[in-house]
Amino acid sequence: MTTLVIAEHDNAQLKGATLNAVAAAAKIGGDVHVLVAGANARAVADQAAAAAGVAKVLLADAAQLADGLAENVAAQVLAVASNYSHILFPATASGKNVAPRVAAKLDVAQISDIIGVESADTFQRPIYAGNAIATVQSADAVKVITVRTTGFDAVAAQGGSAAVEEIAAVADSGLSTFVSREVAKSDRPELAGARVVVSGGRGLGSAENFKILDPLADKLGAALGASRAAVDAGYAPNDWQVGQTGKIVAPQLYVAVGISGAIQHLAGMKDSKVIVAINKDPEAPIFGVADYGLVGDLFQVVPELTGAL
Amino acid sequence: MKVLVPVKRVVDYNVKVRVKSDQTGVDIANVKMSMNPFDEIAVEEATRLKEKGAVAEVVAVSCGVAQCQETLRTAMAIGADRGVLVQTDAELQPLAVAKLLRALVDKEQPQLVILGKQAIDDDANQTGQMLAALLDWPQATFASKVELADGKVTVTREVDGGLETLTLKLPAIVTTDLRLNEPRYVTLPNIMKAKKKQLDTVTPEELGVDAAPRLKTLKVSEPPARKAGIKVADVAALVDKLKNEAKVV
Repeated sequence: MTTLVIAEHDNAQLKGATLNAVAAAAKIGGDVHVLVAGANARAVADQAAAAAGVAKVLLADAAQLADGLAENVAAQVLAVASNYSHILFPATASGKNVAPRVAAKLDVAQISDIIGVESADTFQRPIYAGNAIATVQSADAVKVITVRTTGFDAVAAQGGSAAVEEIAAVADSGLSTFVSREVAKSDRPELAGARVVVSGGRGLGSAENFKILDPLADKLGAALGASRAAVDAGYAPNDWQVGQTGKIVAPQLYVAVGISGAIQHLAGMKDSKVIVAINKDPEAPIFGVADYGLVGDLFQVVPELTGAL
Repeated sequence: MKVLVPVKRVVDYNVKVRVKSDQTGVDIANVKMSMNPFDEIAVEEATRLKEKGAVAEVVAVSCGVAQCQETLRTAMAIGADRGVLVQTDAELQPLAVAKLLRALVDKEQPQLVILGKQAIDDDANQTGQMLAALLDWPQATFASKVELADGKVTVTREVDGGLETLTLKLPAIVTTDLRLNEPRYVTLPNIMKAKKKQLDTVTPEELGVDAAPRLKTLKVSEPPARKAGIKVADVAALVDKLKNEAKVV
């Protein structure tokens, strides 16, 4: 029994989500291998080789793998799939994009977004926006799985000494072409991996007002998040969205400012260790999950809180 | 050009479901059902492509129980030209749905299939990608912009950290994200017109597809409850709690 973890990376840096997926692989048992499919991604392979618990790193390096096109990456995974009992992807935008393609080609069911491993064939996953936890068993020969990163503590990035083996890259499918990428620039920690998250909702009222959260986030070393309402209203960029259909976070501290707490938002943050809610409506559902709630006008409370920290 | 739009009947997104006490599933008897929100966005996008003249026909498809007809009527009220129901009372998992859709694609020969990125009940986010794999078609998931031109579709996708744009050769699969469009409200006249549109019914057996579930659900349980929190009086009390009780700042 050997597990293959597909590395999440940008050709230069191994993304933290990979280390959470390796942790899930370790719980399944057996050897853990990591596949790095990219272009000029040797540095990523070296970082993966240094991660605790990794036995071997496979590196497929070719121009057609540079941009993570689903058709090419899935073909690359399929090229080595026959050696593995489990194939794990972090449940990130790229993992979710590629994993089902691999599963369908192998004619197996995919198990999405697992948060727990009960045995090598039995896993826990949330359904209905996290309002229920299903325990599912797979009888398929190969288990194709995406791992909810907040469900597993990352393995150490250092301490491993796996060998890196170069493997042949698959040919370009020719079906799709990468055109461009717009990356939102930010000096703050990455939302999904941040220790503290400060999130704003419709209560902020405008993109201009959203800036009121900046000093608080700076003080706390926090990533900024947003509810869907805030994103749809244009107060914050799309990739800040926390919730069922956005990012799932589980930081040490989650500060919800001007967020009512719809089911879809709670699905993305209710596993946070400590939740603080600041809202002027004492009946807002967010107070149902908050450890500490403060009823008040956020435009007074937030600067006051920033000053007091 | 023909577009196929699969739609799913799910528990309405505003309903907070309850787990059954025997842990066999969630209780969806007598609960309001609606079209999966991402699928509404998919139907809307297909309809807009038709209104622009880029598409000749929009076919809505649903797989499941007889009541999925209502979901198809809603799709036709938004703008789909006709509907196909793959009727079965059996549990359908994403791989099975992808296989049923492949059989319909073989029959209908669309150039584009637009699906929602995930259904809000099983939260799987698999069907579109699986269909693309089974057909060997290119895919563009989590679309926030779709443009058809010269036998190609150019799609802007929502990815971690921003947006990326891909060009796919047709035929292709696109799955919708929330910000692709704002679905229109269905009007009463359109609901009446939708009742007259063609709705065909087939079964998985007629399509020659084995739709048996692959994953066995052993149990469904409540998520761990959070212990009740407290409301603090002012900022000083909040800071004190965070520093001394929770020790997170």
